Amino acid sequence: MAAWFTRSSGLARCLFRRTTKMASPAIFGCGLGPLSSDPAMAAPVNGASSAGGCLRSVRHLGSAKSGERVSQVDDRCGDQVLDFPGGKVMFVPEMKFLPASPSERINCYRVLDYNGQTISGSSFPEVGKEVAVKIYSDMITLQVMDTIFYEAQRQGRISFYLTSNGEEAINVASAAALTMDDIVFPQYREPGVLLWRGFTLQEFANQCFGNKLDYGKGRQMPIHYGSNRLNYYTVSSPIATQIPHAVGAAYSLKMDGKKACTITYFGDGGTSEGDFHAALNFAAVLEVPVIFFCRNNGWAISTPTTEQFRSDGAVVRGQAYGIDSIRIDGNDALAVYSAVHAAREMAIQECKPIFIEALTYRAGHHSTSDDSTKYRSTDEIEHWRTARDPVSRFRKWVERNGWWSDAAEEEHRGNTRKELLQAIQVAERAEKPPLSELFTDVYDQVPSNLYEQEKLLRETIKKHPAEYPSDVPV
Amino acid sequence: MLGIARRKVGLGVFSATILEQALQRALTAGSVLPKKYSTTAKEQMTVREALNTALDEEMSADPKVFLMGEEVGEYQGAYKISKGLLEKYGPDRVLDTPITEAGFAGIGVGAAYYGLRPVVEFMTFNFSMQAIDHLINSAAKSNYMSAGQISVPIVFRGPNGAAAGVGAQHSQCFAAWYAHVPGLKVLTPYSAEDARGLLKAAIRDPDPVVFLENELLYGESFPVSAEVFDSSFCLPIGKAKIEREGKHVTITAYSKMVGYALQAAEILSKEGISAEVINLRSIRPLDRDAINASVRKTNRLVTVEEGFPQHGVGAEICMSVIEESFEYLDAPVERIAGADVPMPYAANLERMAVPQVDDIVRAAKRACYRSVPMAAAA
Repeated sequence: MAAWFTRSSGLARCLFRRTTKMASPAIFGCGLGPLSSDPAMAAPVNGASSAGGCLRSVRHLGSAKSGERVSQVDDRCGDQVLDFPGGKVMFVPEMKFLPASPSERINCYRVLDYNGQTISGSSFPEVGKEVAVKIYSDMITLQVMDTIFYEAQRQGRISFYLTSNGEEAINVASAAALTMDDIVFPQYREPGVLLWRGFTLQEFANQCFGNKLDYGKGRQMPIHYGSNRLNYYTVSSPIATQIPHAVGAAYSLKMDGKKACTITYFGDGGTSEGDFHAALNFAAVLEVPVIFFCRNNGWAISTPTTEQFRSDGAVVRGQAYGIDSIRIDGNDALAVYSAVHAAREMAIQECKPIFIEALTYRAGHHSTSDDSTKYRSTDEIEHWRTARDPVSRFRKWVERNGWWSDAAEEEHRGNTRKELLQAIQVAERAEKPPLSELFTDVYDQVPSNLYEQEKLLRETIKKHPAEYPSDVPV
Repeated sequence: MLGIARRKVGLGVFSATILEQALQRALTAGSVLPKKYSTTAKEQMTVREALNTALDEEMSADPKVFLMGEEVGEYQGAYKISKGLLEKYGPDRVLDTPITEAGFAGIGVGAAYYGLRPVVEFMTFNFSMQAIDHLINSAAKSNYMSAGQISVPIVFRGPNGAAAGVGAQHSQCFAAWYAHVPGLKVLTPYSAEDARGLLKAAIRDPDPVVFLENELLYGESFPVSAEVFDSSFCLPIGKAKIEREGKHVTITAYSKMVGYALQAAEILSKEGISAEVINLRSIRPLDRDAINASVRKTNRLVTVEEGFPQHGVGAEICMSVIEESFEYLDAPVERIAGADVPMPYAANLERMAVPQVDDIVRAAKRACYRSVPMAAAA
């Protein structure tokens, strides 16, 4: 009897302590602490912790304004601990379901406000003039590239194109925070990463025109860039397949002991694919240095995020798989740079995955095959294109530092435009890949049946030269 | 090679005990490998031993080779193919994966992109359906799509085809599915020699290879010559083997059906029909030269496979012979395949859904005009 009384009073004390300390909704089984104000803390969610199994804490990186401490459950609650596979958990007699949507969404890290001024109290690494100017000018180059290639498709000169309007900060600033040793597994809306690494306008044009100088030998649709030299894996159309690839490659880096990480980009829609979930789970279990970068731009062709998922965006998914995660303002170049910089450090030093959700907006159509005015208002698009443009926002910050001017802007845009038009002309006139490239690379060595087919084809061409197109080299 | 090797072995209490026990066993047993055969005269080898030693030797020779799949580590492999490998090579090179074929196939491809040589095990190829996008769109096509910049030296292996009483979702043969795709190589070993030589060749090959084993063959023992035991033993990919020479009819088969075909040949020989049995070994590339040379000698052909008939391997072989050796055929090609139904469970129905030795014998007789052709039957 006495023992029972002690136990239940101990339980009552635990419950009282927890309910008074916590501000966020009660979580069944354990106390979930509110956000910590310490941005350097990043402990993974762990079901089996050391402090008598009673502590389960969750902390986020970020400039959360909350100053409340994480709640701790007393050791006297040791009686109320259950020991199951997976570790110790506290039990509670009251039944409470975790809410589907929390009362507060996960906060978003940003450095610059809409006027391009650093927000007081924001933490970010120093960005010098050289890097800042290169980031900004590459963002402009990307904008110019997108405009001109899009027009070229409309003129029928290339068959397809996909712009990155509104995501220039994500593209370039994230690339700037990485090194050339870090391997990139893109979706398809990240040509800015390739641009930063040194892919030339001529190389972009060659791929889009599928000529003989294309590194892809004319085998892929436009925008399916790839470069071994720049550690950028060839774009592959199926959504989210690159995510487990990135994890596998990160595993290889870990086995090699290399001081580098992999980064993989995908959109809000990509987080619905099975590959996404398998990859995140694997990365957490295998403990590999990979950065998962989700470009949550609000739209997957015509599907808005409200129809894509019901979770609080993608950041909670990273957390759910046991991965340190952060939500950032994707239209803030400095926030992107800062977060990727920190993520890379953590991924490599601690050999673990990091998840970044960058909130942004797809200011252009999904691709040249899409007309987004059919499913969203032109006002909305205009608003994001002008008032929320990441390029002009960063420009204000760069100019305020005295590193840019109107003259520089005009000159850079003009030069890029001229260079690009020239590159397109050259690419358009260049020869297409020769016939021999139809049969190579299926396997490491050309198999006998393909060798025979090529021979047969060449004989046929020789016999009927009039039937063969004159502009395709043999 | 091990790099930053930290990996939590399981969760909580239970897994630690299993590992401890395994280590105890290993230490007391003195050896962590299946018995090593002396070079002088051990003559028999099971397919299981063949696969296990092949994996062991290739992992030993090349630190980039690693094994990944469900139950391959602690459990020693769902069919014990990877027995002893976790203890010998550690959790970095023998990975027990969560249950997600799509996940580990994709991760294997990613590792291969970067330069490792993964061997990905599917518990059965029926489950590879959940990962087939990665086998086709990520593995098979990458070298071509990237114009040679990305090669995928990966091996996907596991049991394929019917076992015994496992029903429709565990019994399908996928040889025709994977052999359909340019960019993949598809191998189907039969004997222990095949298993050893072809698996070694597959692991060393720079292209993605689908390695289709058979669950019922794992325990079967085969006589092997001394050279098979050598660690450099390797069989060429794309070459079939004439298991039994003959004059009157060619029988092509792969995997378990080779055994049935050999039994059928024995029965036929007593009735005066000398059958030549070809063990295909490789479905893609198919050894068309060997098949056609044999048909030009015998003038009659029976194709045998366990899988469904429509768009099957036999259909391709038949077409190859028509294209290259039409005038040599003295009779229509006979195609023996599984029944065109999802595999039933009941033993009696299952027996009728899979080719039996009698079916092969009857087909050979039809081809030799010893019995009425199928079309004329009432």
